[in-house]
Amino acid sequence: MVRDLSYKAVMSRRKETMEKALGMDYSEFIRSPLAFDYEGMMEKVGYSLERVRTIQSEVGVGNTPLLELRNITELVRKTSRPGMGARILVKDEAANPSGSFKDRRASVSVYHAKTHGYRGVLAATSGNYGAAVASQAAIRGLDCIIVQETFDSRHVGQPEIVEKSRKCEAFGAEVVQLTVGPELFYVALMLLEETGFFNASLYSPFGIAGIETLGYEVAQQCRERYGKDPSYVVVTHAGGGNVTGTARGLRKAGALNTKVIGASVDLTGLHMASDTDFNKKSFTTGHTGFGVPFATWPDRTDVPRNAARPLRYMDRYVLVTQGEVFYVTQALAEAEGLERGPAGNTSLAAAIALARELPQDELIVVQETEYTGAGKHPQAQLNFAKQNGVAVRRGDPRENVPGKAIVIPEEFSQLHITEFPMEKLKKSYLKNAVERTGVKEVTPEDVKFLAEDSRQSEDDVVSYLGELGVKVLGKA
Amino acid sequence: MERAEPGDWVEVHNIILKPGERSPDVPPDTAKTPLECWVKGWALEEARIGERIKIRTPAGRTVEGTLTGVNPGYTHSFGPSVPELGGIGEEIRKLLREGKSSG
Repeated sequence: MVRDLSYKAVMSRRKETMEKALGMDYSEFIRSPLAFDYEGMMEKVGYSLERVRTIQSEVGVGNTPLLELRNITELVRKTSRPGMGARILVKDEAANPSGSFKDRRASVSVYHAKTHGYRGVLAATSGNYGAAVASQAAIRGLDCIIVQETFDSRHVGQPEIVEKSRKCEAFGAEVVQLTVGPELFYVALMLLEETGFFNASLYSPFGIAGIETLGYEVAQQCRERYGKDPSYVVVTHAGGGNVTGTARGLRKAGALNTKVIGASVDLTGLHMASDTDFNKKSFTTGHTGFGVPFATWPDRTDVPRNAARPLRYMDRYVLVTQGEVFYVTQALAEAEGLERGPAGNTSLAAAIALARELPQDELIVVQETEYTGAGKHPQAQLNFAKQNGVAVRRGDPRENVPGKAIVIPEEFSQLHITEFPMEKLKKSYLKNAVERTGVKEVTPEDVKFLAEDSRQSEDDVVSYLGELGVKVLGKA
Repeated sequence: MERAEPGDWVEVHNIILKPGERSPDVPPDTAKTPLECWVKGWALEEARIGERIKIRTPAGRTVEGTLTGVNPGYTHSFGPSVPELGGIGEEIRKLLREGKSSG
């Protein structure tokens, strides 16, 4: 029988295809259209922190240096109120085999695929994760397919993504390059059906378990060297895995007072699936186009229940501009002798503004760097922006307009953050939960789940559900 | 090079979804365009650019598509120097030399 490969038919087989490609049955964790046993899923399917550390040490992943940014800290102190300006440290994740923290995420999935007899692995991603899966597959001797959204309809690709294609091919992966659109997942599903490869999803419990070591190492290294936990850990936030895994690792290390702060580049107003907007972005990840939708509804991915649930862990969410991230990338190179990729510096840009809130004896950790090179570099990205009609100039970063103007600060003191209200994310999460599932009434178990999943009180959940016209069963 | 011989490293192109077949979730500008796909691999037969050809990919799949390139390379680069980044280092070093911070 010939398989029906139409969009509708492939998407309708999605559940079976995914479960086969992950070797996982999600139904044992699902309690209702809304609720599922998150911790149960992480424990049963995930790997213990110790086991993940062993898996990662076999393949050169993790144990990256924690570098103190002395000159940048000094610049912060010179532009802060007296006595303020926490010490800024950065976890040099570019030291991982493929050049980013994504190696941690890929390592467990690829190990799992190998030990469960899969011949190859597949991942749908245009980012560093593709390179990480390709690298881990090379180390473990598996075939690898990376499906990327690479080009607009003119066959013009973001230099950063084209560089990622090259890197994946350098590791021996097959790269399937597509034009813009959410049908990336449709193509991935067809390829999983065709090959029987393991789905190295970004959002499986394996991927998240792999990141926990990062948070754990941050706490350990801070204690060893400074005798204390960091006050803030700043995490570049996109799909939510980085925030979730890092925060879980910090908790496992007992760093319970450390605040986890998500940071994204503000790309408000640009549509992520738009052919015309595609090449007006100078950042392909770490931006609000992923950060907001994934925080307010994680279950929009290629797995039945997403293991990345950032609202459970994020204490604050702050935004920076594209121009500020490029400025900070240049500053990192010229003040600290570290040339690192721009996207990973999103959290560094935020950390500079955040450090001004804290006294000098406290620590703030930027938990990743990423590799840099042709295409994946401020110079390439700013040239590309200019070619696509985006103005580039020095000025006040508050004048930055996504897709129209990249304003690179004129002064170090201009680096700032915009606070995204958590309250707004939490309400938006509840609204999405109701709209996406179509529920008209919820059980007390659902309320408990929603409260945990969005880190707010059950009373607040009930009150807002009431405003949305949803009835809570079993409540007097 | 206009022609691929068996064993050459090549690129092929396919239309995966025509404009009317795309996901209902795509915005209007994207909905007007097809979903296109490029894959690289080793030619299994002879073909000229623009002709259909079968290839074997690094992951071991056999893919048929329209030949778009032989020995396709990479052209992304750093591009010319960007003046807007040029002054940052000097400004920062100047600020660092201006006495010690408070505290």
